[in-house]
Amino acid sequence: MDLTYTQEEESFRAGLREWLARTLPQLPPRPDPLDWPGRRAYDMGWQRRLYDAGYAGLHWPVDAGGRGATPTQHLIFLEETEKAGAPYVGANFVGLLHAGPTIASEGTAEQRARWLPPVLRGDEVWCQGFSEPDAGSDLASLRTRAWRDGDDYVVSGSKIWTSHAEVADWCELLVRTTPVSDDVPKHRGISWLAMPMDAPGITVRPLRTLAGSTEFAEVFLDEVRVPVANRVGAENDGWRVTMVTLSYERGTAFVGEVVACRRVLGDLAREARKNGRWDDAVLRRRLGRLSAEFGALWRLTQWNVSESQRAGSGVPGVGGSVFKLRYSHARQELYEAAGEVLGPAGALDLGHEWTLDRLSSLSYTIAAGTSQIQQNIVAERILGLPKGR
Amino acid sequence: MDFQLTEDQRALRDGVREILEGRFDGAALRGAADSGPPSLDRALWRELGDAGFFSLRVPEAEGGVGLGLAEAVLAFEEAGRALLPGPLVATFLAAGEVAGAAQGTTVVTAASGGLVPWLEEADVVRGDVSGAVPLRSVDPLTPLHRVPGDGGEGGAADAEGDLLIAAEQLGSAGKTCEMAVRYARERTQFGQAIGAFQAVKHLCAQMLVRAEVARAAVYAASVTGDGAEIAGAKLLADEAAVRNARDCLQVHGGMGFTWEADVHLHLKRAWVREGLGRSAARAEEELAAAL
Repeated sequence: MDLTYTQEEESFRAGLREWLARTLPQLPPRPDPLDWPGRRAYDMGWQRRLYDAGYAGLHWPVDAGGRGATPTQHLIFLEETEKAGAPYVGANFVGLLHAGPTIASEGTAEQRARWLPPVLRGDEVWCQGFSEPDAGSDLASLRTRAWRDGDDYVVSGSKIWTSHAEVADWCELLVRTTPVSDDVPKHRGISWLAMPMDAPGITVRPLRTLAGSTEFAEVFLDEVRVPVANRVGAENDGWRVTMVTLSYERGTAFVGEVVACRRVLGDLAREARKNGRWDDAVLRRRLGRLSAEFGALWRLTQWNVSESQRAGSGVPGVGGSVFKLRYSHARQELYEAAGEVLGPAGALDLGHEWTLDRLSSLSYTIAAGTSQIQQNIVAERILGLPKGR
Repeated sequence: MDFQLTEDQRALRDGVREILEGRFDGAALRGAADSGPPSLDRALWRELGDAGFFSLRVPEAEGGVGLGLAEAVLAFEEAGRALLPGPLVATFLAAGEVAGAAQGTTVVTAASGGLVPWLEEADVVRGDVSGAVPLRSVDPLTPLHRVPGDGGEGGAADAEGDLLIAAEQLGSAGKTCEMAVRYARERTQFGQAIGAFQAVKHLCAQMLVRAEVARAAVYAASVTGDGAEIAGAKLLADEAAVRNARDCLQVHGGMGFTWEADVHLHLKRAWVREGLGRSAARAEEELAAAL
């Protein structure tokens, strides 16, 4: 067990720190968190700076336009950018962390050349068209249909909770290409398509979250034509492709956030010392416990990264579910504590960053597989308990 | 950075597990718990000494094994899995300083957090134990005395001691998770294994999560030796051991509430270890102060 970094890794860290110190002061002011188009422009501007400096797609393979960095270098990147308070991946989340890695791993050479560079440059935004009104946690029950017409699929149906749909250029879309029957169980017959969001027949209706923002939307698809060439992976093999996507989502998507939570915890302690709440021993001990919690989650992250580096896959395993389960609850506890630090007046201040984060933390035990689904995954796939009700 | 066990570390862990399974298996544990007032198995103690358990960290030049804190933690995790009784931590920390401790011929105990385990069986007692009064210990395999005050704390040895206790708690948390999963696969109700029911599955999944988070904390603290990290490791490992034992008992249902299931032994030892070394309150205050 070794937690020290090699000389090469340390010099990578030093170069990154120097670049961050030079670049962050040049950024424009942050947009209002509720101004989603403004956020797109800001987030993609940040992505462009990363690209120009050679930090875009760090952990992507070289033939996908990335730098082929080791998982450890990627970890250092996420750690240092968060420590420095650099912008969050934001609008580029789906492209950079889900769709991109999936296309890099499962796409053809043409598909990689078409879709990956714009993601890395910050030119194109992706959204995630997985869930449907009757297929959220039971994703394989999705009903959006696609049938072949010449060189196109014709797609009809609807998606919901489609992150970033309002401002997206592309959608990673799951569709049913073969109806469910006695011969075709529901996990089969699904295909993964890249759908242009400006195609005729697409209607986007933004959904307002409980935090007041419109980060996701309902998307209605009325005979939308998507070229067959936009299918990633074989026809009816979309479920396997999706599992690749979801393992990225559960495994590495939260790495930077753990570092951010540790930073927020330090901010909470500073604020509590300033406003007198620190004298409350119950609150103080609660912050101490959260420090142990996020410290351990950071170590668990390093453990998981080392494991994937040893396996040589780069794709996180099912252990990502263990991490996601604990992290999503810890994040909610962190912002509960933030409410206590702010006191009654602060807790009601919707303009406060911590209040907005407190509200949005409620999605963490629901999105990307609810905690209940994650517990089933851990119990069945890691502990080997029987499937059932 | 390669935060995974090395081949040597795996071999060490497997070796200690093998020794303990051969010498102190479930039947031996049950026998010890059922045989009235606890007495220390001195033959086993010497065998552990011969195997290098106590001298793991003593330099090779002084006749020890010359390994580090990380290896010590792996050995103590195995001791925790097996629920090995005795003042293991105090004897381990005395190896190289108290004659015979490294060989397992001298049994050493110490005051820790106001409690002294195995006072009457120990050959050497470290720390101030004047005024010690016997308690009726909840754990049938850990006799306890209470001393006024907390017996003194805060030194480097205390930090290492806390980490070794945390490693034992981690071993226990992992073991009770395994016990619960095995029972959930075997026990049938309503025509199927109870492990097929989500309510039971979710208990088991949370046990694994607790154990794995504690594992990351304990292993990392053994590598860095950082004081705040050790405080966090003790806090999370205590919680994992106690909560996992309780959930394991719940999965065992009515059987879990009997003396016949081993679950209660893990729960009671976890409670005792929680009372040794750094308390949750102190760990939390220390971690808060470091923020």
